[in-house]
Amino acid sequence: MRILLIEDDPEASRYISRGLREAGHVVALADNGPDGLSMASDEEHDVLIVDRMLPSMDGLSIIETLRSQNSPLPILILSALGDLEDRVLGLRAGGDDYLPKPFAFEELLARVEALGRRPGPGSLTTELVVADLEMDVLTRKVQRANQSITLQPREFRLLEYLMRHSGQVVTRTMLLENVWDYHFDPQTNVIDVHVSRLRAKIDRDFDKPLLHTVRGAGYMLREPE
Amino acid sequence: MNRSSFLASSTFRLALLYVILFTVSVLLIFTLIYWSSVRYMASQSDSAIQTEIQTLSERYETRGVPGLRRLILDRITRQQPTGSSLYLLSDPLGRPIVGNISRWPQVNAEDGWLNFNLDTSDRDDPELHPARARRFQLSGGFQLLVGQDIHELKSAQRRIITALSWGVILTLVLGLAGGFFISRTMLARLEIINETSQRIIAGDMKQRIPVSPRQDEFDRLSGNLNQMLDQIQKLMDGIRQVSDNIAHDLKTPLFRLRQKLEAMNVEAGSSGGHTEALQGALAEADRLLNLFNALLRIARLESESRKTAMTMLSLSELAGDVAELYEPLAEEKSQSLSVETPKSISLFADRDMLFQALANLLDNAVKYTPEGGDIRLSLSSQEHSVSIRVCDSGPGVALDQREKVFHRFYRTDTSRSTPGNGLGLSLVKAVARLHDGRVSLLDNHPGLCVELSLPRRNPEH
Repeated sequence: MRILLIEDDPEASRYISRGLREAGHVVALADNGPDGLSMASDEEHDVLIVDRMLPSMDGLSIIETLRSQNSPLPILILSALGDLEDRVLGLRAGGDDYLPKPFAFEELLARVEALGRRPGPGSLTTELVVADLEMDVLTRKVQRANQSITLQPREFRLLEYLMRHSGQVVTRTMLLENVWDYHFDPQTNVIDVHVSRLRAKIDRDFDKPLLHTVRGAGYMLREPE
Repeated sequence: MNRSSFLASSTFRLALLYVILFTVSVLLIFTLIYWSSVRYMASQSDSAIQTEIQTLSERYETRGVPGLRRLILDRITRQQPTGSSLYLLSDPLGRPIVGNISRWPQVNAEDGWLNFNLDTSDRDDPELHPARARRFQLSGGFQLLVGQDIHELKSAQRRIITALSWGVILTLVLGLAGGFFISRTMLARLEIINETSQRIIAGDMKQRIPVSPRQDEFDRLSGNLNQMLDQIQKLMDGIRQVSDNIAHDLKTPLFRLRQKLEAMNVEAGSSGGHTEALQGALAEADRLLNLFNALLRIARLESESRKTAMTMLSLSELAGDVAELYEPLAEEKSQSLSVETPKSISLFADRDMLFQALANLLDNAVKYTPEGGDIRLSLSSQEHSVSIRVCDSGPGVALDQREKVFHRFYRTDTSRSTPGNGLGLSLVKAVARLHDGRVSLLDNHPGLCVELSLPRRNPEH
């Protein structure tokens, strides 16, 4: 993936770009707003990561300018202002995702990869398949190896999200934000309990597990090797 | 302001006291005026009678009975038809010789004065006429009575009483009206100060009391209060600045530490090093970072009035979502988690923060309720507010600790062994404040009920 990072703090910039490169991505760097904006409009990128606070040009202004040029580029906002209100402002300006600093690198990586591989509008498939697990989003039927599986509505949404991001790491926060649609800080392992319930339904009676825990990061649904 | 609080206000009570004092003194003055004028009128009448007796007795001395009789007749005819002077001359046997009353009044004299009512047969007027007269013994046994019909005098006295009573009533009415007006004006100005204070208490620290250019005592008070508020604001800003700086300054190195640990963890993973210890250190670093974030979030919620994230939402739906999220956790401890919501309740609120508050409450309930207990999340709707209750069958919170549990980092003795940072309820309280509501702890016999009461608000404000 080609990723553009606009970040003025050299230490953070070095840390993020090194991690992204290790994960196999191509990273372009800009350390100020105007440069970043011209790079974002002139070159081809898959994802833009932009810091909310930048000297000479604010991160939100960059996003607004890009959106006014009808750029479809997926944008992840980084912010040292951990407040939810800033999140609302950032998403309203046209950002696609928002990550408050400090964050675990896995969280950033998982979100960047989810953004970069996000299918465009209109291409949402209604039949999802991962190995022998099948889901029909319209009829809400789930089956594995032709055995029907009954899921609660929330379990269904959880599995749908995991299947749409199969092969990618999905963090607990991403699940909360996308499956439950609330942005908050769960104090306990409440998400893990939901995932293990789902796991019991889709994996327990079968030889090869599909739903894996990625240590220190989150979960991944993938085809067995 | 309602009527009862107006009547109970100290300015009104003061004005009322003043009106009463003033009316009483006016009443005293008027009584004095009345009393002295009545005395004066009575003494005028009495001395006129004395003078007349003097004149008549002198005439008797010089001209005898016929002279006196002529003079009396002359006097009576001259004051006809409606004179007020009364005359009666009688011989030593008490038979009347001349006069305008027919017989001697049948009353006893007091200090030589006779007070009686005139015979109605003597006059055309059917009204009762009081009279006052003096008896005088002439030489030779003849008796003379000179008096006055004091009917006019009495009615003049009555007119004075009426006039003075009206004066008192007018004083009272004008005084009350003035008192009303003054206390209303005072109260209106005080009310401005009160309303502003209330908005400030509700969290809008930017409010200031308006000051008029008159520079009267109210303006000076308002000015001083405003200066005090500026001072408080400055101090609060200072504290927030310091705590933000501390949190920020500590967060950055902590974050770097976490990055280093992460990098070491990746290396250790590939070379088979101390992954276990590194994972533990990473988890600790995350715990610290979460703590800082929670602390900063509460500080922000308390110091700012953030309203942009407020939307109209279905509280019933939100409560259902929180319960659904925590249901598996409760099930793991064989607890029953039920939701009671009467009907669809909508509320203008911050969706994420409200969810966070309810999640904290349910998290606590699941944590502190023993296995097999009951947890109930219930909503109720009043005219101006909604109540959200989370009740459990756990150990509850002792009365003397109910205020303390909202303090940051405070943990009850029984809760120290369970995981947590002591910030959960502080955040709930901050969220309640954000919505101008309040949170309180109640007894569930046994167990604890936490009640979150939020006012319904208009989306415009």
